[in-house]
Amino acid sequence: MLGPSGCGKSTLLRLISGLETLDSGAVLFDGKSQEAVAPHMRGFGLMFQDLALFPHMDVQGNVGFGMRMQRRSSDAIHRRVDELLELVGLAGYGRRKVHELSGGERQRVALARSLAPEPKLLMLDEPLGSLDRVLRESLQVQVRSILKEVGVTAIYVTHDKDEAFAIADAIVFMDGGLVVQAGTPEALFRAPASELVARSLGMRNILPGRLVQAEGVAQVECAIGMLAIGGGVPVGVSSGGDVLVLIDERGVTVTIAQGGEVPADALAGVVVAREFRGGESELRVRVGNGELICAVAQRDAGADVEVGDDVTVVLPLGAVTLLR
Amino acid sequence: MTANRLLVIGPVAFLAAFFLYPLAAILGRSFGGGEFSPDPFGVVLGDPYYLGRIWFTVWQAAVSTVLTLIVGLPVAYLFARHEFPGKTVLKALTTLPFIMPTIVVAMGFIALLGPQGLVNTALTGVFGDGGPQVRVTNTLTIIFMAHAFYNYAIVVRIVSAFWSNLSPRFGESAAMLGAGRIRTFTHVTLPLLMPSLLSSAVLVFVFSFTSFGVVLVLGGPRFATLEVSIYELTVKLFRLDVAGALALVQLAFTSAFLLVYTRLQAQSAVPITFVPVDAVTRQRRGFRDVAVLAAIVVGLLVVLSPLVALVERAVSSGGGYSLTHFVGLFTDDRGSYFYLSPLMVIWNSIRFALASMVIALAVGTAASYVIVRRRGRSGVVDALFMAPLGVSAVTLGFGFLVAFNRAPIDLRGSWLILVIAHSLVAYPFVIRSVLPVLRGMPPHLKESAALLGANPLNVFVHVELPIIARALLVGATFAFAVSMGEFGASLLLVRPEFTTIPVAIFRLLGQPGESNLGQALAMSTLLMAVVTVGFVAIERFRYRNVGGF
Repeated sequence: MLGPSGCGKSTLLRLISGLETLDSGAVLFDGKSQEAVAPHMRGFGLMFQDLALFPHMDVQGNVGFGMRMQRRSSDAIHRRVDELLELVGLAGYGRRKVHELSGGERQRVALARSLAPEPKLLMLDEPLGSLDRVLRESLQVQVRSILKEVGVTAIYVTHDKDEAFAIADAIVFMDGGLVVQAGTPEALFRAPASELVARSLGMRNILPGRLVQAEGVAQVECAIGMLAIGGGVPVGVSSGGDVLVLIDERGVTVTIAQGGEVPADALAGVVVAREFRGGESELRVRVGNGELICAVAQRDAGADVEVGDDVTVVLPLGAVTLLR
Repeated sequence: MTANRLLVIGPVAFLAAFFLYPLAAILGRSFGGGEFSPDPFGVVLGDPYYLGRIWFTVWQAAVSTVLTLIVGLPVAYLFARHEFPGKTVLKALTTLPFIMPTIVVAMGFIALLGPQGLVNTALTGVFGDGGPQVRVTNTLTIIFMAHAFYNYAIVVRIVSAFWSNLSPRFGESAAMLGAGRIRTFTHVTLPLLMPSLLSSAVLVFVFSFTSFGVVLVLGGPRFATLEVSIYELTVKLFRLDVAGALALVQLAFTSAFLLVYTRLQAQSAVPITFVPVDAVTRQRRGFRDVAVLAAIVVGLLVVLSPLVALVERAVSSGGGYSLTHFVGLFTDDRGSYFYLSPLMVIWNSIRFALASMVIALAVGTAASYVIVRRRGRSGVVDALFMAPLGVSAVTLGFGFLVAFNRAPIDLRGSWLILVIAHSLVAYPFVIRSVLPVLRGMPPHLKESAALLGANPLNVFVHVELPIIARALLVGATFAFAVSMGEFGASLLLVRPEFTTIPVAIFRLLGQPGESNLGQALAMSTLLMAVVTVGFVAIERFRYRNVGGF
């Protein structure tokens, strides 16, 4: 579940787990209503952002807690705790105290703890939120592979789109307590349902425009010029109607202007700002009456431009999408 | 740097001059031989009677502590985990017993459970003269009940403050891992609450251990704690040697426990985040929750019944209700030499309380600073400053009489001697109030101010003072209440012209006759009213869960 802060994703998790009560509606699991079932009887796991590892127990005490509640034999518990610690890469950590662990280690203990009692459903509420970027990115990969290996159904809540892309099989985008769009990461990216979704997915070239021709080759007029559209026209928009134009920053080709005429399917622009980002450079190019953000890979010729250069910008058909 | 030196010297000098010096004076006489036995310790430790007293003091304190914990825990739960209308008022009411003078508490229990008490009167009304009666005065039962009544507020304050700051995520995680309510409590909540439980238990033990007024008035001749024994040995038998030895034994015990307490406090010091506590209330208000709440509230009201009974008995006379006893207080029909207008007595108590409050605030705040700056060994310093709480008040009072009737400090005939004694007993409460706030103050605050150009005085006035202002207010209230109710030292130090209310009540109790008992009850009611008004008024300014143990 992806969405901005305050959109209700954490509340939704709490409703599913039973820690909050519904005013109306129902939570159905396997077709059965969970209303009468107390949280500790539902068999769902929940991993909080602040982890809430029990400070008065050591690592194996924490991981084994759920199984102790299920009254399994201490042998079985011991075996499974070792199994899980191995799975999360913390073999041998059983006796360590919680306060002796690093951030990443605590994360993995919390994951192991929630997996240990074999929940029917595992919910994770921004579990990596408190970690630094590098650690977060490496743990994202690990979390996904662990969840896949265990095979548990999981709901992962985050406000970070990159995290959502890295972890999810499917994404539900929420805003203001409502589901705005649901689908695979690719589907969301290719056709965001609204400007909010587009912005949340990191798209920055969102320009207001007017549809000029609806049949045959559609064209849209916007601040940077007249553009040809490759994909479909949004349902319900006719010629003359307002649309939003999405331009993929990485789909754009930028080359130094060769002087003379601008080719027919290209636009003329001036570089206004340039930011080096390692593998690529981010350019802000003034085109027509608007501005375009272009991400250019370092090895492309266009990466060598300087601020103030005249450039030619080519927008392939696939780089431009329309939104209502 | 001079200001800093003064800060340290101030409380230390106060302690030295008004605590160590009189203590040394009286103990010097006790162990100085002369008309007394040269080996008082030998006398005490060799006599099974005194050993029995020591043992009695220890185990009654232990039982009282356990009972208090049992009474206090459900109430702590109520305040930590629930919001409901009237919560602030109820919270103030629960602290009421603690700030009540011990003599008032004792009177309240007499009013409730005594031979002419409310319960027995009601029973007679229902079952007639031959019917069942409650006979608990002069028994251990009533002592335990009074101790639990008196001290449960400590458990409630300390534990509920800690509990409400405990992240609800722990309980929720336990639930998501399959633990129901009971197992969540036993496996997760209780272990996490342990520091606060221990903290409050130690404090309750110390207070029960040094209990004087309650045991003196309610225990009768059969039960005497160390403090009561010291009183009798000092005032009635003039065996200062044995009294001194017992006082030292008492001090040894309480010092050990206070050291444990201050250690615990220093370890569990959590920076106070001035952010409103997360919504900690239970979301599901099922029938069981409401029933539990109701049971706790009812239990709370039952616990407060002695105070209600006190008022009820004070206004009843000859089978009906009237203000006879109050009127009787104000009339001097026997032309007694010792008669003192109650207005005068009340005025005495109030002005002495105000004076002690000021001194206690100054000394207590300075001491808190000294403790906070100690960092590593702060537990020891803290315990040292808390020592007056654990010393026999009677011994201290007598020490004052002995030490301050000649140079270098001659306070003969002056009410100052009483005020200083009160502030000595009151300032530890200021420390308990101010210290946690000082400990929780982020260090960057003062540093930022300094870097912006504020000199130390400005930093104090503009940055620190506003932050500790409310803790000071709370400490001042406790100091005022403690002084109003101080009994042990006052018993020895008052003179007819500056008698305080608790002593006046005790004198009234000492004279037989129903009207005297009635007047004692009336006086107690007046004392309760004065203390309550002051306390409830200031409660409104309290930080949530800040300051106070």
